[in-house]
Amino acid sequence: MKKSRNYYRIILFLFLIVTLSGCATPAANALRANESQVKLRSIQTRAFDTTDKKKMMQTVISTMQDLDFVIDKADFLLGSVTGSKFLGQAVVTMSVTVRPRGEKQLLVRANAQYGVSSVEDPGTYQDFFTALEKSIFLTAQQVD
Amino acid sequence: MRWPKKQVFVIFMCLGIIGCVTVPKGFLKPSDDYLAKRQLQMRQYATTNEEQIMVSVAGVLQDLGFTLGDSETKLGLVSASKKADATNKSQVFAAILFGGLGNNPDLVQQCDKSQVIKAAVIIKPSLDGKKIVVRVTFQRIVWNMAGQINRVETIKDPLMYQKFYDTLSKAIFLEAQQI
Repeated sequence: MKKSRNYYRIILFLFLIVTLSGCATPAANALRANESQVKLRSIQTRAFDTTDKKKMMQTVISTMQDLDFVIDKADFLLGSVTGSKFLGQAVVTMSVTVRPRGEKQLLVRANAQYGVSSVEDPGTYQDFFTALEKSIFLTAQQVD
Repeated sequence: MRWPKKQVFVIFMCLGIIGCVTVPKGFLKPSDDYLAKRQLQMRQYATTNEEQIMVSVAGVLQDLGFTLGDSETKLGLVSASKKADATNKSQVFAAILFGGLGNNPDLVQQCDKSQVIKAAVIIKPSLDGKKIVVRVTFQRIVWNMAGQINRVETIKDPLMYQKFYDTLSKAIFLEAQQI
């Protein structure tokens, strides 16, 4: 008898943990990023030694197309490109911005979302920038 | 108090399995067949008139029943979408047959009903600047008869791309002849 009461207590305790912690609550989450702002920026941003914004944006677009993205929107003035791709049943959306940095460089920033969670894994972004680098290299070497 | 190990273990297993959704890694890495994909999706046209090609692309998308969406002419982007029927008669037949046999008449609700096809076309000068490169990508979202999303996918059917470029070549010719 005493034993079964103990079980109930444990179950209640665990149930409380689950309900109180749970997954993130929606409203408080709207403007929140898990990583620190500075760290996130460094993960998502790279600089390139070129000032040709149009060519860079077109390279970003073709890299995204290589990665199976369909481009939804682009704006030359803002330097933004937005696309989406399907991964099984999940939707990945990504937006990339290109803006000048000083006189000689362009800054490229990418941020991706997988379903409802934002992607903060450095390796994932590194994969994208590696592909982008390769495309620019290809462009320079006239391979495509 | 004695800790009932087995029960605690089971409960923790449940929590672990439910969890929050985790983000997979490596989905921004190009697949090995990306060069083949480029061949499928890209064509070159021997002209330097980017504007003419862009106008032709918009015309072709309309010819194929698409509604034009966003575009950015400075980058050569034209996007469009189209709603279409996705009913597959053999799928419906099989669902009715097996649904009837398995006493599950609702199975037919799971069949594909309608789809939205999204297209994005990029027009840009080739590397040597003497040609225009056109690249198109298609995606589709399929709904079932109950109004739920059945599946989402990138279209890889070569026929679809072939059809697009056949129509585009014709349109470029027609437009050059002012028809």
